[in-house]
Amino acid sequence: MKDLLGLEKMTRAQIERILETTRPMKALFTRSIKKVPVLRGKTVALLFFEPSTRTRSSFELAAKRLSADTLNIAVATSSVTKGESLLDTAKTLEAMKVDFMVLRHSSSGAPDLVAPEVKARVINAGDGTHEHPTQGLLDMFTILEKKDRVDGLRIVIVGDVLHSRVARSNLWGLTKLGAQVTVCGPATLIPPGIREVFGKKVQVSFNLEEALRGADVINVLRLQRERQEGNYLPSLREYTELYGLNQNRLRLAKPDCLVLHPGPMNRGVEISSEVADGPRSMILEQVTNGIAVRMAVLYMFSGPNGFTLDPSEIEKENNAIEPALRDIA
Amino acid sequence: MNLPRKNILTKNQVRVLIEKMAKTILKTVPEPTAEWVVVGIQRRGVPLAERLGRHLADAGVPRPPVGTLDITFYRDDMDEVALHPIVQDTDIPFDVTGKVVLLVDDVLYTGRTIRSALDELMDFGRPKKIYLVVLVDRGHRELPIHADVAGETVSTAADEMVEVHLEEIDGEDAVWLRSPGKESPGRKGAR
Amino acid sequence: MNDIKKFSEGPLLIRGGRVVDPAHKRDGLMDVLVREGKIAQVGKNIKVSGDVSVLEARGLIVAPGLVDMHVHLREPGNEDAETIESGTRAAVAGGITSVVAMPNTRPPMDNVAGVRFILRKAEESGAARVWPTGTITRGRTGESLSEIGAMVGDGCVAITDDGASVANSQLLRRALEYAKVFDLVVIEHAEDRALMADGVMNEGPLATRLGYKGIPRQAEYVAVARDIALAELTGSRLHVAHLSTLESVELVRAAKKRGVRVTAEATPHHLTLTEDAVTRCGTNAKMNPPLRLKKDCEALVTGLVDGTIDAIASDHAPHTRSAKEQEFSVAPFGIIGLETLLPLAVTHLIRKKALSWTDLIRKISLNPAKILKLPVGHLGPAAPADVVLIDPNRTRTITSFCSLSQNSPFAGKTLTGFATVVIVGGRVVMRDGLLK
Repeated sequence: MKDLLGLEKMTRAQIERILETTRPMKALFTRSIKKVPVLRGKTVALLFFEPSTRTRSSFELAAKRLSADTLNIAVATSSVTKGESLLDTAKTLEAMKVDFMVLRHSSSGAPDLVAPEVKARVINAGDGTHEHPTQGLLDMFTILEKKDRVDGLRIVIVGDVLHSRVARSNLWGLTKLGAQVTVCGPATLIPPGIREVFGKKVQVSFNLEEALRGADVINVLRLQRERQEGNYLPSLREYTELYGLNQNRLRLAKPDCLVLHPGPMNRGVEISSEVADGPRSMILEQVTNGIAVRMAVLYMFSGPNGFTLDPSEIEKENNAIEPALRDIA
Repeated sequence: MNLPRKNILTKNQVRVLIEKMAKTILKTVPEPTAEWVVVGIQRRGVPLAERLGRHLADAGVPRPPVGTLDITFYRDDMDEVALHPIVQDTDIPFDVTGKVVLLVDDVLYTGRTIRSALDELMDFGRPKKIYLVVLVDRGHRELPIHADVAGETVSTAADEMVEVHLEEIDGEDAVWLRSPGKESPGRKGAR
Repeated sequence: MNDIKKFSEGPLLIRGGRVVDPAHKRDGLMDVLVREGKIAQVGKNIKVSGDVSVLEARGLIVAPGLVDMHVHLREPGNEDAETIESGTRAAVAGGITSVVAMPNTRPPMDNVAGVRFILRKAEESGAARVWPTGTITRGRTGESLSEIGAMVGDGCVAITDDGASVANSQLLRRALEYAKVFDLVVIEHAEDRALMADGVMNEGPLATRLGYKGIPRQAEYVAVARDIALAELTGSRLHVAHLSTLESVELVRAAKKRGVRVTAEATPHHLTLTEDAVTRCGTNAKMNPPLRLKKDCEALVTGLVDGTIDAIASDHAPHTRSAKEQEFSVAPFGIIGLETLLPLAVTHLIRKKALSWTDLIRKISLNPAKILKLPVGHLGPAAPADVVLIDPNRTRTITSFCSLSQNSPFAGKTLTGFATVVIVGGRVVMRDGLLK
C-alpha cells in the first residue's frame, strides 16, 4: 500500500499494525532526546489547502521526531479559486523529490486524485467530508490505550456526522475492529444511507440520552457554526440543549466512559467545559497520541513498497506500483 | 527457510557458555562494583542480558539493572527493508550517563546492529564505557567493531546463517548453523 | 455508372441496404437515390443511368441521419473545449447529421446576433447541420424573458436555459405561454436548484461513503412535476431534457396519458450507467443530472420502449482535460457523447432486444426532428439527403475521440454498431471513420 488515503481501504490487520507501532513511538516521548534517525534524509511536504494548525503541527512534529525534513506549503486560496491546479502543485513537489505528501484539502477525494500521479507517499490529512484517517487511528489508539480493546465496546459519535471526515474514519476503523457504534445527532446532520455503508454494527439515534446509556466511549464532533446558516439546525442554543455533552448526560454512560473530541472545541456548544476539562476527557491525550500515530504512519509507509504487512503483499504492491513509476519516468 | 542445519551448540553447552561469559566479564571489566548496567538488544539479546545479570549477581557482585534496546529506528538499511519489523520495546529504566554499559546481543556478524545500538545508547546519555558482549561471533565484520566478550567464535561462510535459540523465546537453548551451499548449491543464487 | 469516389458529391445510389425510415414505415432491403442534395427516390432495385456513384450497402442499416437534440458546442466562449467545427466533426463521426446547439455558451445565446453567429459559423466550418436554440431568459439568469420572437425569426428552433431550470415558476409560465405564439417548444433542464444545493453526485450510501455532497433524486422530479403542471396550465409544448429518475419517467408517462403536450429525452449514459461509475471513472462520471441507480436505468429503458421517452440525446458536454482533472467537487459537470450515442444505443438497446431498429431510429432521428419541427429525420421525397449507413455488427474498442475534449466514461469500452458512411445534404462527409 503506497498511500494512506482512508481507513476504508485498510484491513483490520493493517490498522492493528499501525496501532501496535504507535506504542513504541509514544515511548520515545519520554526520552530526553525525543528524536530518532529512522527517516533521516527524507522530506515530508505538508500540503495544506485548508488551514489547520493542529493537524499540520502534529504531522510536522511527527516528521521531525523521526528526523525527516519538513516542507510547509500552506495554500491560502480556497480550492475553488483559479490558480495552479492541485495536480500541478503535486507534480511540482514530486519534481522536488519529496518522499511524502501530507495533504489536507477541502474537497473529498483530493488525495485519491494525487496519489496515482506521484511516487511520493500520499498521506491524507483530511479531505472534505470524506476521511481523516490519522484522526481515526489516533482516536482508536487512545481508546486502546485506556481500554485494552476496541472489540465489543459501545461507542457513541455525536454531532455533525454528515459533514465529518473524522466520523467517517472512526466509523470505518471502529467497525473493522469490532466496536458497536451509535451515531447520534439531529436527523439533518446524519448522512443518508449510513447503515448501508457501514453495516449493521452501526446504530442511528436522534436522542443523546438514549444513545449514551452503557457507552464505553463518546466521541464528540465539532459543530461548525455555519450549520445554522444552512438550516441544519435552528440555533446553537437548541443544539446544545439537545446534543451538547454535559456532566448530567455523561452520568448516563458507563462510569469509566472516555470522552474524545477531535478539536478545536466549541466550549459550551457541543461540550461543556466541565466535561472537557474533567477526568474522563481524553482531549489532551489525543493531541499527544496524534503525534505518535502520525510517526507510526510515516514510519510504516516509508518502506520501499509503502506499507507492507506480509511478503505476499510485496509482490502485489510491486506489480501495482511499478507501471505507475515507469509512466512518470 | 528449510535449509539443512547443523547443531553447533547444545542446550548444555549454551548454558555453560553463558556462565563462562559471566566469569569472563568479571575478569574483563575492571572495578565491577562501579555503577554498571546491562542492556540487551532486542530480541535475543534481551533474555541473554537477563541471564548474564543473574549469573553476575550469583558471583557476588551487585546485581546490575537490565534494560532493553530495540534498534529498528537506528538501522541503516530501512530503505531496503520492504517488511518493516514489529518494533519491540526499548526500556532503559535508568540513566546511562557515567555508567559502564554491558551491551549484549546473541550473534555478532556485520557489526551494523551494534553500530545502531551504540548510536541509540548515546541518545540516552553519555556512558563512561561500553563493553560489547555476544554469545557467538561469526566473523564477516563490515564495520570496525569487535566483541569484548564472545562466548564462542564460529567460522562461517557468508551465506550461512547462525541461529541462536533461547528458551525464553524459542522454547530451547541451542545454536544452529544453516548452510545453503553444501547440499543444494543450485539455490545459492536464488536467495 | 461508376463506383463511388471517396467523398462523392454528385448523384448517389445507396444500394442493397436495409432501409429503416420510421416516418414512412419503411424497413426492408431497398435502394436510396440521392440527387442534388435531396432524397430522389427510395425503393427496390432502382435503375439508374449516367453519372451516378454507387454505394454498396449490403449488410448495413440505411437510416435518416441522426438528430442529437442536446449538444453543447462551447463556441463562443470555450473554444479550448470544443468548437462548432470540432463538435460537428465529432457528430459526423458518430453518425449524427443534425446537432441542436444548447445556448449556454459564453455569452449565452439570448439574442439574434448570437443565433446568427452560430449559423454563420456552422455554414463556414460545420461538418453537420447545426440548429441553434436560444435562452428562455436574458443572460440565462432566470430573471427576464429573452427576445424569443426575434430569435425564432432568425432560426432558433427551441428555447431553454439548459444547465439550469427556470426557478421562478411565474416566469416559466410566461415563457411557456409566449412560446405558444411561435409553436416553439420549451426545453427544461428540470432541477430544483435549492434542493440540488452544492451536490455533486447522486445522494445515497455511495455519496456518503465517498464524502461527496449528494443530489437527491427529488431535486429532479420536483421540477419535472412543476414543469408538467405549468405545461398543463398553459397548454404549451414542454420538452424535459435528460431524465434521470424512475419517478420522472412516471410523471411524464402520467402527463402524456392526461394529454399534456410534453415530450422527454434520456441520455445514453443515464440509460447505461449507474452511480457506481463515479468510483471507476472519477470526474468523467460527474454529470448533471447525476448518474442514479439500476432501477432508474431500467425505468428509463421501459420509458423508451413504451414511448414515454421520445428521444435519446447525448447531452454532449465537452470539458478540457485540465478542467476535468480536478477535485471531484470542483470539476465541471458533463461528459462528451456525440461519438458514443449510436454504439451505446445499439449495444444496449438493439442487441438486448429492448428496441427494434425502427424504434431506435425514431428516438434518435425522427422524433427529435418532429419535436423541434426540423425538416430532417426521414427519407421522404425531396427531404434533405441526410443519411447514415450503420454497420450493426461492427465492434470496436473506444480509444480516442474526434471531439476536442476526451471526457468520456466510455473510453476503453468495447461497443457494437457504428456508422460507416454519413451523408449530409447529399455529400458524403464520413466514410469508414475518415472525415472529409
